[in-house]
Amino acid sequence: MAKFETPEIKDETVDIPALQTGVMSHSKPYVSQDKFQAPLGFPGELVDNWKDVAINKLGELLETNRALQVFMDSCVKCGACTDKCHYFLGTSDPRNMPVARQDLLRGVYRRYFTLPGKYFPKLVGATDLTEEVLGEWYSYFHQCSECRRCSVYCPYGIDTAEITMATRDIMNAVGVGQKYSNEIIGKVFKIGNNLGLPQPALADTLLGLEEDVKDETGVDVRYPLDEKGAEVLLVTPSADFFAEPHVDGLIGYGKVFHAAGISWTLSSHASEAANFGLFIGSAENMKKIALRIREAALDLGVKRIIFGECGHAWRVAYSYLNTLAGPFDFLDPRYPVPQHICEFTYDLIQRRALTLDKSANDHRRVTFHDSCNVARASRMGDMPGGQFVIPREIIKAVCNHYYDMAPDTIGEATFCCGGGGGLLTDDLMELRVKGALPRMSALKSVVEEHGVTHMAAICAICKSQFAKVLPYYGFEMDQIVSVHQLVSDAIVLDAKQ
Amino acid sequence: MPIEANGKVYETDEEGYLADLNDWNPDLAAAMAKADGADLDENHWEVINFLREYYEEYQIAPAVRVLTKAIGKKLGPDKGNSKYLYELFPYGPAKQACKYAGLPKPTGCV
Repeated sequence: MAKFETPEIKDETVDIPALQTGVMSHSKPYVSQDKFQAPLGFPGELVDNWKDVAINKLGELLETNRALQVFMDSCVKCGACTDKCHYFLGTSDPRNMPVARQDLLRGVYRRYFTLPGKYFPKLVGATDLTEEVLGEWYSYFHQCSECRRCSVYCPYGIDTAEITMATRDIMNAVGVGQKYSNEIIGKVFKIGNNLGLPQPALADTLLGLEEDVKDETGVDVRYPLDEKGAEVLLVTPSADFFAEPHVDGLIGYGKVFHAAGISWTLSSHASEAANFGLFIGSAENMKKIALRIREAALDLGVKRIIFGECGHAWRVAYSYLNTLAGPFDFLDPRYPVPQHICEFTYDLIQRRALTLDKSANDHRRVTFHDSCNVARASRMGDMPGGQFVIPREIIKAVCNHYYDMAPDTIGEATFCCGGGGGLLTDDLMELRVKGALPRMSALKSVVEEHGVTHMAAICAICKSQFAKVLPYYGFEMDQIVSVHQLVSDAIVLDAKQ
Repeated sequence: MPIEANGKVYETDEEGYLADLNDWNPDLAAAMAKADGADLDENHWEVINFLREYYEEYQIAPAVRVLTKAIGKKLGPDKGNSKYLYELFPYGPAKQACKYAGLPKPTGCV
């Protein structure tokens, strides 16, 4: 991997950098191969008539996705989005201004789908689709994490993520896919999760967790797998089984279910909450992944579906699950379909059904990173902004020391961790480190002002990304924690009520 | 990016992970480490050997917690933690140690 410099944290707010044109044009993730393309229904390499295929695909998307058509036509180049992207702020490449990145597709749209673009391309910024343009697409549409922060500030509501997804969909249609995302989707189809963790390994890992929790607490907390007749199916990112600090969150979910006295199970068939079909803009693949959850719920005969801590999974679950895999009329209608683990825990806290010892977290001073897809593409609970309130209320119920980061870096203005949208791969490390600059700056500020020691999150990607990039900015990798890890440490099991 | 060990050349993927699991041998692991500027000592080998045993049984690398527990049992409780594993494999036990063990790279949100 080429060497690069970690940006310097100057202030709480990141200044607009001096532009360095094309400085990130070398950034490209590994291209997928036939063996990863085929299971998703994509050509294995660039097809001969790729220009026709690409333009036809764009035409098809414009027909089926009215929003995309509007987004192509409505940009007035006002510039409101230019300084809102973490990748622009971290890399100084003007192509990473959301409008400039979008224009890589918009120029081609104008050339082939608008009258002035067909006859006077130069006058209207219309561009021919060439191999060079395809190369720029591949580079810069893999420098957008589909976090939608820019969209919050766009007076026309143009959703950059939709444009990135559409372009990635077109690239897959011509046979130029991204290895990281596509290999992972294939593993979900074949094995059931992003990691490729087969049922016996999953069972062994969960048994190990039961032993660990018994050793630590003396209580028999269960981490059940494929148990028919359980009340709740928990669908969680497979990173929760595998990585740190994710697994500490999973341990926490189990303790919460135990304390609530509600039977639950994981499923080896749907052992993944993540749905990378969203990242590559492929409705077909997104549906195929989502259907596994329906199949598992029916097979196990559960009454409720609860999602663990995974940002984009919650977007797919909250916004699309019913369309993709519904109707869920076989579930208990008294509960939201689906429910977020934070809603579940928050409800128990509200009802005083959990015994919590906040002092167990007194060695931590905590802040919360709002994950982009939870913040801007979903909700929790029955109140507007519940997705911001509920995780914070949980943390405050289990920790004595909580401090928010600057208001323009949290809530709906939250900055992406720098690794979302299918970019959490080692071949994009430079982009990931640079894109983390705005979040790292905001974190540093609360570390200095309030002595914050830990940042909590509810997304597997955020957790892995921060564990990797925190050390680049002078922090420790274990300063990122799961929200349910904090719950796990504070919860008193089998206490006399 | 093929890698050479004992005069033989082995295929790897873009990131240096061995293309064919069956090609693996200890000299190859040492050659991979050398290419990263590292030397493997007996502590590294404990991890690498455990990874290979686990993979043979489960067709996947062990979860970090499974690995730390196993290493703690073998080498003592002071070494059964991820800090120790990161000292051995600074790029992360899951990825770097898997590479030297000839296993595929763990994928997903890890």
